[in-house]
Amino acid sequence: MTYDEFLFGAFPYVCLVVAIVATIWRYVTDRFSYSSLSSQFLETRQLFWGSTAWHIGILGVLTAHLVGFLIPQSILWWNMEPVRLYILETTGFVLGLLALVGLFLLIYRRVTSSRIRKVTSLMDTVLFASLLLQVVTGVWTAIFYRWGSSWFSAFATPYLWSILEFRPDVTLVNSLPLMVKIHILNAFFLVSLFPFTRLVHMLSVPIPYIWRPHQIMRWNRRQQIID
Amino acid sequence: MDVRAQVSMMFHLDKCIGCHTCSVACKNIWTDRQGTEYMWWNNVETKPGTGYPTKWEDQEKYKGGWEPQGETIKLRVTDKFRGLANIFHQPYLPTIDDYYEPWTYKYSDLFDAPAGDDQPTARPISMVTGENMDINAGPNWDDDLGGSTVYANNDPNFENLNDAEKQALFEIERLVFFYLPRICNHCLNPACVASCPSGALYKRGEDGIVLLDQEVCRAWRFCVSACPYKKSYFNWKTGKSEKCILCFPRLESGQPPACFHSCVGRIRYLGVVLYDADKIEAYASAPKEKLLELQREMILDPHDPAVIAQAEKNGVDFSVIESAQKSPVYRFLKEWGLALPLHAEYRTLPMLFYIPPLLPVLGHVDKKGVYNVDAEEYFTSMDKARIPLQYLADLFAAGDQEQVRSVMEKLLTVRMFKRLEEVDDVDPALVDSLLKKTGLTAESCEEIYRLTSLPTFDERFVIPPMHREYAAELIKGDPYTFKSEAGIGGFKNTPDRGL
Repeated sequence: MTYDEFLFGAFPYVCLVVAIVATIWRYVTDRFSYSSLSSQFLETRQLFWGSTAWHIGILGVLTAHLVGFLIPQSILWWNMEPVRLYILETTGFVLGLLALVGLFLLIYRRVTSSRIRKVTSLMDTVLFASLLLQVVTGVWTAIFYRWGSSWFSAFATPYLWSILEFRPDVTLVNSLPLMVKIHILNAFFLVSLFPFTRLVHMLSVPIPYIWRPHQIMRWNRRQQIID
Repeated sequence: MDVRAQVSMMFHLDKCIGCHTCSVACKNIWTDRQGTEYMWWNNVETKPGTGYPTKWEDQEKYKGGWEPQGETIKLRVTDKFRGLANIFHQPYLPTIDDYYEPWTYKYSDLFDAPAGDDQPTARPISMVTGENMDINAGPNWDDDLGGSTVYANNDPNFENLNDAEKQALFEIERLVFFYLPRICNHCLNPACVASCPSGALYKRGEDGIVLLDQEVCRAWRFCVSACPYKKSYFNWKTGKSEKCILCFPRLESGQPPACFHSCVGRIRYLGVVLYDADKIEAYASAPKEKLLELQREMILDPHDPAVIAQAEKNGVDFSVIESAQKSPVYRFLKEWGLALPLHAEYRTLPMLFYIPPLLPVLGHVDKKGVYNVDAEEYFTSMDKARIPLQYLADLFAAGDQEQVRSVMEKLLTVRMFKRLEEVDDVDPALVDSLLKKTGLTAESCEEIYRLTSLPTFDERFVIPPMHREYAAELIKGDPYTFKSEAGIGGFKNTPDRGL
């Protein structure tokens, strides 16, 4: 097994298995620990700029990745016209930059505020380091290896599908630049971090709030048991 | 008619001496853990004053409670879609500095300091960061107004006062304030429950206690903002919200909540009331001036056979109905019309009621600076009372002076009636005219007097049977599953902060 085979053929499966098993395990055995672990109560102003920029940026970028992964043809079709390609690339770059600025502000806040340091765990540090690496390599790729939106659809998408279909095709990625390789590997590492960090709050997005009634009653006993 | 039972409360403010025993009893039982040091599920405020958290009544700042929207009402702080839009940063969340940074003292310095010419001191250190800190605020920082004119001047309830009344303020600060103990109101239309994106907060069906399921809470923090009384708190350590649980484990074993039990002035009363849940939305949406009246109307007569029949049909246990018939809260609230909710205009239909203080000091400082008590009018000079009626109306009657005046007149009537009986220096004709005016009778005056001044423990706290044994029966399978554990179900793990 070559390095590439190990890193791009086996490592992703290790990460995915760890993520799925551990997420279910944590949800079943320790539901209390599922929380967004907000620190807004201790510091709110810096959080506004950091958190909003970070979340909007990263969610935009993740959505773009998801579209490229699910319907790559749409991206390729869109990019046929140079103007549209420029629009997509610029949007992606701006969103990536937004995420980077937001993340930088969040890290700065964690480091400088003594109150926030108090609620920063070891896993938070690991997570921040990994996220920073991910966003930096992403933005780097956007700057130095242009038209990523097109070749993501041509290389990364088939590679990711090959992973999901249990026939890992390492040849698709082993000719990619180093920064892109780091980006891919770190992405899988982030997936494996999911159950061990505050990333689990992604599972808590409160969509049902939109249709649930305002008031909630819980009854121990609605009917008379002994009549 | 959907009849439900609600454990309801009443505080008699004339009896509150502001000793904070209730707060300490609560703190020792529930909020002595890291992350909860700043929380006071029960706190006592000096009024006029800014309260805890500072200026909590200023809903322009905190956006608590409901506001009218057309025919119905909406939450001030969030709605179904705004909640999602604001999920990355909640714009109106109070921070720890709106409450206070909890602290302790470095007592070890008293022992470890090297010998010197000066006394060693124990420096204050933050219970959040563990670093040295300066104390800038506390949970009762404006207690007795702290010798300053700042706190009373900043009271949000003085908005509706005219200039003359504001002029009188300075005198008020020197002469009179009263205490306002506050716990969770266990509202019928709780804004905290309605605002929770995760659906972690709920109202217990059988007794109406509002609780927060910490296993479901995901720290979106909307309950903290939405509660207009600021009685839902965020635990910064565990990343979960917490609130007053009305000591339900105590209630379930037949004891009153700790703050009630420990009350030195015996100001607190607790009992079940029956209410019509079908009317919640319509009544919470009513025009401001009708809120008080309608809320009172919603409370049903537990002696009415139709109410009893419907209650049993809706699953209210008969033992609870019996308890409701003896409820002291019902008597003060409905029979005598003496108890008023705090800030009904927040439209949460709070189930904690207050008897406004009759303010023992009816004297005033005259132009020469001499303190005077108007002897002839000692009991009738309500309009000269040191605290303007409008102020009390803004607190307890959604701004309606007449509602407060009616309660005050009844309280004065009882005093006059007893004064005539005990001291006999009051004109009987005056007492008669007062009885006619207020609609009280000699018997009701006597009963109010007895339940106010001489009630026994069991008269103050009429705790309904909570029937936890029925809940245990619901657990399928081995009935001994939870033997020798605290409660039924509950935490299996230690509630530690997540990774």
